[in-house]
Order: sequence, then structure tokens, then C-alpha cells
Amino acid sequence: MRTQRTAVALLAVCALVVVAGCSSSGGKEAKEESAGSGGGVPAATEKLKIAMVTHSGEGDTFWDIVQNGAKVAAKKDNADFLYAAHKEGKEQAQLIQTYIDQRVDGIIVTLAKPEAVGDAVEKAVAAGIPVVTINSGGEFSRELGAIGHIGQDESVAGEAVGEELNERGRKKALCVIHEQGNVSLEARCAGVRKAFDGTVENLNVEGVNMPQSTSSIEAKLQSSRDIDSVITLGAPFAAASVKAKAGADSRAEIDTFDLNADVIKQLKAGEIGFAVDQQPYLQGYLAVDELWLHKVNRNVIGGGKPVLTGPALITREDVPALEKLTAAGTR
Amino acid sequence: MSATAPPAGTREPGAADERLIRTSPLRSLLGRPELGSVVGAIAVFVFFAVVADSFLRAASLSTVLYAASTIGIMAVPVALLMIGGEFDLSAGVLVTSSALISSMISYQMTANVWVGVLVSLLVTLAVGVFNGVLLTRTKLPSFIITLGTFLMLTGLNLGFTKLISGTVSTKSIADMEGFDSAKALFASEFTFGEVTIKVTILWWIGLVALATWVLLRTRFGNWIFAVGGGPDAARAVGVPVTRTRIGLYMGVAFAAWISGQHLLFSFDVVQSGEGVGNELIYIIAAVIGGCLITGGYGSAIGSAIGALIFGMTSKGIVYAEWNPDWFKFFLGAMLLLATLLNAWVRKRAEATR
Repeated sequence: MRTQRTAVALLAVCALVVVAGCSSSGGKEAKEESAGSGGGVPAATEKLKIAMVTHSGEGDTFWDIVQNGAKVAAKKDNADFLYAAHKEGKEQAQLIQTYIDQRVDGIIVTLAKPEAVGDAVEKAVAAGIPVVTINSGGEFSRELGAIGHIGQDESVAGEAVGEELNERGRKKALCVIHEQGNVSLEARCAGVRKAFDGTVENLNVEGVNMPQSTSSIEAKLQSSRDIDSVITLGAPFAAASVKAKAGADSRAEIDTFDLNADVIKQLKAGEIGFAVDQQPYLQGYLAVDELWLHKVNRNVIGGGKPVLTGPALITREDVPALEKLTAAGTR
Repeated sequence: MSATAPPAGTREPGAADERLIRTSPLRSLLGRPELGSVVGAIAVFVFFAVVADSFLRAASLSTVLYAASTIGIMAVPVALLMIGGEFDLSAGVLVTSSALISSMISYQMTANVWVGVLVSLLVTLAVGVFNGVLLTRTKLPSFIITLGTFLMLTGLNLGFTKLISGTVSTKSIADMEGFDSAKALFASEFTFGEVTIKVTILWWIGLVALATWVLLRTRFGNWIFAVGGGPDAARAVGVPVTRTRIGLYMGVAFAAWISGQHLLFSFDVVQSGEGVGNELIYIIAAVIGGCLITGGYGSAIGSAIGALIFGMTSKGIVYAEWNPDWFKFFLGAMLLLATLLNAWVRKRAEATR
């Protein structure tokens, strides 16, 4: 009886605060103006089933954008789009195997761990299923029998950052690695180091724990006062670095790989110097399109060579054009 | 059971009954569960003060304290729970859940952010009650129950965020009403002379003080020790075991709510995949601080010292500018050494009794 009355009282309180506490600024209502999405009629070709297997962790903005691109292309190409992901290479190989068993019409695979995934890719090719590789591992794509690769060369992207830093007259950069031992992250930092005339230091942080990442970057900026640029390798860590910079009272400029709505906002506010986008949307969209073109017209995009989707350098001037797109999850 | 309140009687020393003998303050200090960890913390502090030039600066110390406080806030209730003989593996992702709920409620309903904050408190506490009730009803090990909640919450975090926001992180609520006042409570900072103090440090100290008072001076505190020491015996003497356990899980949920709101208001967006693995760090902090994994022994202050050791080590390695590739190795080695020192000191202290 008593618990019942407490529950009713709690509900009443909830209802009250919900009704009373409206925000006149921001929020969903402010965003709900126009959201036109490209509908269109799907292609009149036969129904295809296209599967994608990536090495994404759970809840990664980047892979979300890749999927968004792939879904739009699949809709246009009259294809069903299937998606599965696992961080571990071995599990990724098993996922590819399940799609081979399902006899899908095409498989899109990331080659972050080529030695673990390679066998499964060759099996798919042997079973007559065309494979397109995306994102990383472009140099292994051809020998495994894939019809093409769409992605960013991580060291090329790193070098682009290094050159930009030279242009901005920087002397000492900090490269923040949010996942220790990740090959493509290491390659980015190595690329920066190669092209940059100044010195580069690496810092490993706990990517799953934002307050710890922030305080680690802050600690580094406090101990090395001569750092004048911080390069983060994922968009969420740019915001952490901005906080750390304020905490350490440092004059370093924050630059980052990859985009999200927050990075765009901070580019606009001048908190972030520049961002390097590898256009994940294109990786998903083009990969599905390439499989479709291969099926219906025997086309190969890029003539068998890896097709680069990045690096695209984004600064404050590009912000107005991109603001809405990042919020919608396509850039 | 040495960590209960000191005997209150003030009979003359040398009285006939040995149970009434007064212990000297030094003796009772040596018997405290956190003593070993205090020595460990001093050792770690001195070590980094020597090897890392910038470690001793005021700004550096406030960074270290901040890092320790974000772990410490969660380590306090996790320590109480461990004294009560249970685990909570869902504590890490519950922090993220709490932040996500708060952010999405406010954003989706275009409500004052305090609405989200309060709804989040209720939902988070409900998860704590769920853990506690399921545990006491099924009598299964808490390891299994909370492993289940941990995985379910991880899935719910991602599933709901994508369903509602369309992306894997929430939308910014920085421009909404009430944000500034909520930020002041959960994620502000103020300067104290030369040192910047983050508000999480105050939350941390407050929680440690509250938990210490509850453990040593209240009936509920005695119940916690009793339930952790032997639930059947505790029940036999009239301790409400079920209510105590549910209360402990609600304590974890409450701290997860504080941490979650800090996460939200310091970054104004939340990544849905965060938090996995942090539950172990909270448990580590409690264990370094002298909690027994088997229950019935430990202290809240110990968990704070444990968090401090973790904070000093993880940031000290950065200040010392050691090769980052070896970071995890150094971290593990330092923690192991601190814990070994802790165990050694405690053994010595017990031998002198």
C-alpha cells in the first residue's frame, strides 16, 4: 500500500517536472524544420543482397556514417543491405563466412586485420561472390582477389596533416592514439612524423573513458609546454583535447582526423584548427555502387587501383556548407 | 571485523574483562584497512615526485586529483558493495546509460535539462533496484546477474541512441535551458589560489565522508559488514539482508548518476559506446584500498586512496614522459607493486597486535 502510494507520487512528480520544465532554447523542436531525404525510385535491376563486415567497435560515429552511405546506395540500387561488425579479426572472418553461407550477391570487407580476414575473403571469391574492400588495407586488396578497394591511405592522410602543420609553422606536435596497438592509427601518426619538419610525440589514452583521456592529454600538455599542436585521431577526442588545453593553460592548436557535429561546431568557434575528413559516407556508398555496377555492367571503379576517399582538409571556411550534413550523419 | 566503531566504554584500563580493554590510538590506526594503501600511495607519490619533473606543480596535482576523482566517485559505493560481499559489473556502462538518458530526455522533449537530470536519476536508481532485487530473489551470484545487466545496458545504450538520435552519439544540449546551472553542479571548476579544483573532487570527498560515516556510525553500516561477513548469520540475528543489498546497489546507481551527469555536462554530447571496462577499474581501486574480494572487510577511505594511486600512476607515467608504447605495462606493474606493499604493511600491522 505504502509503496503504491509512493509510486503514484513519484509518477505525479515526474509528470509535473516534464510539463513544467520546458526549454525555450535548443532541443529537438529547434532542429525540426526541414529534413528532406532523397527518395527516388530504385533501379529496375534484379534484387541484390549486399553484406558489409567491418572491424568497428560498438557505437562508433565513423562506421555509422559508412553505413548511412551504404544504405542510401543500396536503396537506389534495389539491394538489401546487411551489416555486421566485430573488433576481433577472427570473429570478423566468421561473420564473412556466414554471409558466404547465405550466398549473398556481394560482400564489403574492411582489411584492418588482413592476416585474420584474408582466408575468408579468398573463400568468398572462390565461391563466386564479388568482394570490395574498404577503409584500410588497400595494399592487400588485390592479392586477395577483391575487385576493388575504396578507402583512405592512412599514411597519405598523416602526411597531409604533417604538411599542413609545416604550413602553419608548427614545431612540436602530439599525436593522441585512442586505441593502443591499432595499425591504422599508428600509420596516421607515422605519416604525420614523416612529412612534418618538427618533432612528433605519441600519447596513448583510454578511448572508452573520456575523463581519463582528457586528464592524460592535460598531463602531457603540462609536462611538455613546448607542444604547439595536438593531433587527435578520432573526432570525439578533439573535444577532450580542447578541454585539456584549457585545463593545462596551453597555447597548442587542436587538429583532428574525422568529423562529427561537435568538431564542426568547434571549427566554427575557432577551438579546432583543421580537420582531416576521409569521407566515410563515400566508402559505404561507392562500395555498394561498385558491387552493383560490377553485377549489371561489369564495371570496375578505379581500374583495379585503390580509390582514395581522403584526405579532405576541412577548415573554418568549409563549416557553413557542412553544418547540416554532419548533424544528419552523412559527413 | 576490525573496522567497526571503537568501543565506547571508558572504564579504567586494567579492568578485569579483556573485551573492555582500551586500545591505544596508534594500535587502532594500525588496524585500519586503508593503512597499507596509504603507505602505497605515499610511495607512488614520492616515486613520481622524483622521476617526473612536472609532477609536483600545482596544476599537475589538480589534474591528478581530477583523474582520481572520476574513478573515486564510483569506487566509494563499489567498495561498500564489496564489503557487503557483492560485485557490480554493470557499474561502468551504467554511467554512460545515465548520461544518455539525461541528454536524450532533455533533447527529445525540448525540456529544461534538469528534467532529464531528474528522470535519469530515477531510471538509474531503478537499474540499481533491478540488480538488487534480481540478486536477492534468484540467489544467483552477483557476478552473473550484473554481467547480464552489463551486456543488456551496453546494447540498450547503443540501440536506443541510434533509434532516437539517428547517430551513435547524442545531440548537443549546450544551448538548452538549465544547462549552465546543471553544469555548475556537475562539471564546473574554480580556482583556489593557484590550483584549479574541479567540482568532481568535492563530490568525491563528500561521498567518501558520507560513506565513512554510514559504515562506522550507523546501523546500516553494521548491516553491511554483517551481510558481507556471513549473510545467513546476519539474517539469523535480525539484519534485513535483502534490503541492505538492494540499498547497496542503489548506492552504486546513485554514484553512476553523478558520474554520468559529469560526463554529459563536461562534454555536452555523449558517445554511446563508452564506459565498457571501467567497472574493473572501480573494483581495482576498491581492492587496492584494502577491500577483500570475499566481503566483510574494507573501508570507503581506502577506496579513495585506491583511486588516488590509480590516478597518480596513470598520469604520473605521462608526466615522467616514458615511452607510451609501454604505458599499460608500467601501469600494471606500478599497481601491482602498490598492492604488494599494501599487503605487506597490513601483515606487519596485524603481527604487532
